[in-house]
Amino acid sequence: MSQQDNVRVVRDERTREDTPQKPEVELPSLGFTGTLRFMWTQLTSMRTALMLLLILAVAAVPGSLFPQRPAGPEIVQDYLEQNPVLGEWLDRFQMFDVYSSVWFSAIYLLLFVSLIGCVFPRAVKHAKALRSAPPRTPRRLSRLPEYGTVKLEPAGPSPAAAVDQAATYLRKRGYRVEVREEPDGGASVGAERGYVREIGNIVFHLSLIGVLAFMAVGSLLSYSGQKILVEGEGFANTLVAYDSFTPGSAFSEDRLVPFSMSLKSFDAVFDRESQTHYGQPLDFTAVMEVQDGTDGEPQEQVLKVNHPLDIHNTRVYLVGNGYAPEITVRDGNGDVAYQGPVVAQVQDQVYTSLLVIKAPDAQPEQLGFVGFFLPTAYTGEDGVAVSIDPDLYKPELNLNSYYGDLGLDEGVPQNVYVLDTDDLTELNSRSVDAGGITLTPGESYDLPEGKGSISFDGVKRYVGLDIHHDPGKWGVGFFAVLALVALIVSLFVRRRRAWVRGTTGPDGSTMVEYGLLARGEDFGLREENLALRRQFERMWPVVAPEDPQNRPE
Amino acid sequence: MQPINLQLASYSDLFMLIAALVYAAAFILFALDMANSSKTIRALEAELAADTALEPQAQLVGAGAGTTSHGPGPVVDTAGAGSGPELVDEDMDYLGTTRRPVANVAVALMVIGVALHAFAVIARGLAAHRVPWGNMYEFCTTGALLVAAVYLLFLIRKDIRFLGTFVAGLVVIMMCAATIGFPTPLAHLQPALQSPWIVIHVSIAVLASALFTLTFSMSVLQLLQHRREARIRTGGPARPAFLRLVPSALSLENWSYRINAVGFVMWTFTLIAGAIWAEQAWGRYWGWDTKEVWTFVIWVIYAGYLHARATRGWTGERAAWLSIIGFAALVFNFTIVNTYFPGLHSYAGIPE
Repeated sequence: MSQQDNVRVVRDERTREDTPQKPEVELPSLGFTGTLRFMWTQLTSMRTALMLLLILAVAAVPGSLFPQRPAGPEIVQDYLEQNPVLGEWLDRFQMFDVYSSVWFSAIYLLLFVSLIGCVFPRAVKHAKALRSAPPRTPRRLSRLPEYGTVKLEPAGPSPAAAVDQAATYLRKRGYRVEVREEPDGGASVGAERGYVREIGNIVFHLSLIGVLAFMAVGSLLSYSGQKILVEGEGFANTLVAYDSFTPGSAFSEDRLVPFSMSLKSFDAVFDRESQTHYGQPLDFTAVMEVQDGTDGEPQEQVLKVNHPLDIHNTRVYLVGNGYAPEITVRDGNGDVAYQGPVVAQVQDQVYTSLLVIKAPDAQPEQLGFVGFFLPTAYTGEDGVAVSIDPDLYKPELNLNSYYGDLGLDEGVPQNVYVLDTDDLTELNSRSVDAGGITLTPGESYDLPEGKGSISFDGVKRYVGLDIHHDPGKWGVGFFAVLALVALIVSLFVRRRRAWVRGTTGPDGSTMVEYGLLARGEDFGLREENLALRRQFERMWPVVAPEDPQNRPE
Repeated sequence: MQPINLQLASYSDLFMLIAALVYAAAFILFALDMANSSKTIRALEAELAADTALEPQAQLVGAGAGTTSHGPGPVVDTAGAGSGPELVDEDMDYLGTTRRPVANVAVALMVIGVALHAFAVIARGLAAHRVPWGNMYEFCTTGALLVAAVYLLFLIRKDIRFLGTFVAGLVVIMMCAATIGFPTPLAHLQPALQSPWIVIHVSIAVLASALFTLTFSMSVLQLLQHRREARIRTGGPARPAFLRLVPSALSLENWSYRINAVGFVMWTFTLIAGAIWAEQAWGRYWGWDTKEVWTFVIWVIYAGYLHARATRGWTGERAAWLSIIGFAALVFNFTIVNTYFPGLHSYAGIPE
């Protein structure tokens, strides 16, 4: 992509810019199209590409320093609340959406425009080179970086015959050759090899465009969503069934592949042997029942981390798991106000799980509970229970209870995992006389003041699933692999030119001189020189060099 | 899951420590060799003088090129200017004349160190029935092994003893970082890491890092050599002396380019393999996770390095700086990003 020819132009422009007192003289010489052309050559110059690359590297960094909205909007919200002034400024500069920001997009789009502007002319040029003969033989081969001569004994072939034989050998070495008559009687062969190096270079850069294009296709047509499934629960792939859903820009609901699945069982294995990693997870296995379409035969399939389910290119991933204690809440009238498993959010390695229960149907007062589920409870000397193991050795619920208006009746959407206790009255907690609620499976507890009761019926497990569909990923993968192959070709195939000239020396014997020129990086030119020389000595009766420097070793 | 062989694991730990000590000894000897370089240079010059007396056309630079060589080129001439004849081969080939006993002992120690180290790494893998690169400690120790092994492999063909102090020093640092910074008892892999891709993705990433470590040391030497050459051109002192045993800046640049090109291909592969694994584990091939960001940043820096080689005004010193910056980003990615940045790649495995 060398644009060294432009260097002079650039310098001239700089001088012009430095003399603003005479713009009326200087500007017309460029003109509007001239200015555009100048800007275009600037943009497509290697130097600009290099600058854009380095700027891109720097520009990508803030995305790792600040929380990003696509990865976790709630973390960004926390950050904004904790740093109101700085956060607002950062947000103004799109520091929380770095990779979709105006400035980041501007850099990579400029880079790709520069790339296109650089690669297309090169492709055209190379297409011409592919159809044309190797370049003509320079008059003075000795000025080339690699050069050698051999003198043949009188019994050796004539100059023309020697050049023909050299051409055959060069063709065998992968060179494209052309034999020519020399004006002064001898003959020469021009040869070039490694054309595929430039093809690799061009294909590599075009593949990057392919990667970007299919990433764009993906962002249009893809969708992804989350779903939590408790053992025994089912899911049908419809929009309403998702807990959260992120559609691509061109998404429509009929793009959802019809299938349904349910969680039959979930099993977690923890390390029980290691002294140092006791309780570390070793294996998560979810047994799913998957039904293809609406009337397919249900099939049992095993879902594991790193082993997603695949239903017609919609993939289901196991990304989380936890416990869902089964709870029954009765209200002050003795009626069931809530019944079923409650998904508890895992907080740490030992599955200390945060639990919120809302019973808006409870009469006469709505009831709310918040607390922890501990799979293996251990009560310390301070009376605080903690979990000490992720497995269900001694499950226990520790809850506070509240009554009052849960705030659900106004229709404002609420986070199911958060209980806003501002408008509620505390019934049970460690700070009131009644104390907190502690329940083991099978136990019940009657709330104070006859507000109702809560019972802990059992524990189920749940899995967190990510469901993804991205038709663009195949194109991205194809072009990424193509880029890699092309990169290897463009870096390691050697492109070089060789010329061999045969002449008749003053004493009537045949003299053969040859020269080599690398195009692009080529560190094997000297080896090529030696290989040619060895071959010549094998083919022809070569006169041993006389001077000591040329003595064979 | 097969139980961990604790006996073998403890042998692994022990051999890791012994290997680190042997490397430290090699480092000291390499450093001694460097400090004594003026003596080596005197010996070499004496040898050279003797050779020249016997044979007017001493086979020095470019000896391997035989009859076709017509001088090492103008740049090499300036490199040697004012400091006597060249003592090392521009193509880093062994000249056969160079006798550096201290450096040779250091190389022998490196060989022993690598053998012990290889045993330790393999034993750790065997003890847990998995690849030995599942956490920071293991990335570090396996990476150090590859740095040392790649260095020794190059040493077979090329006289790069001048790199010894740097390579041995970096290996010692890596071993210290592993055993002091990230000591991790042997354990099974967590479910997220149980994938064939850990073998492919991580091994190539570690190998690429090993190559970038070598080119980093070469680029540092290149900068030093460049300055020395500039000083010599302006008639300044030809110091530091040990650089006379180091090839010219141009030669270092060419070699680090060749190795960086291989490293870049491997890094590209790491990026693609990582994306495929990410698709299989998390459902998306690219999500700008902190680790992905930094892998991308490193890729772009080395891409810039390769472009710099073809840009007027960006070869030489600037390219060397890009190589150094790329390595700095690599180290940052490995240490700071793994331990302090929250992200999906939080597999440091450092006990809290």
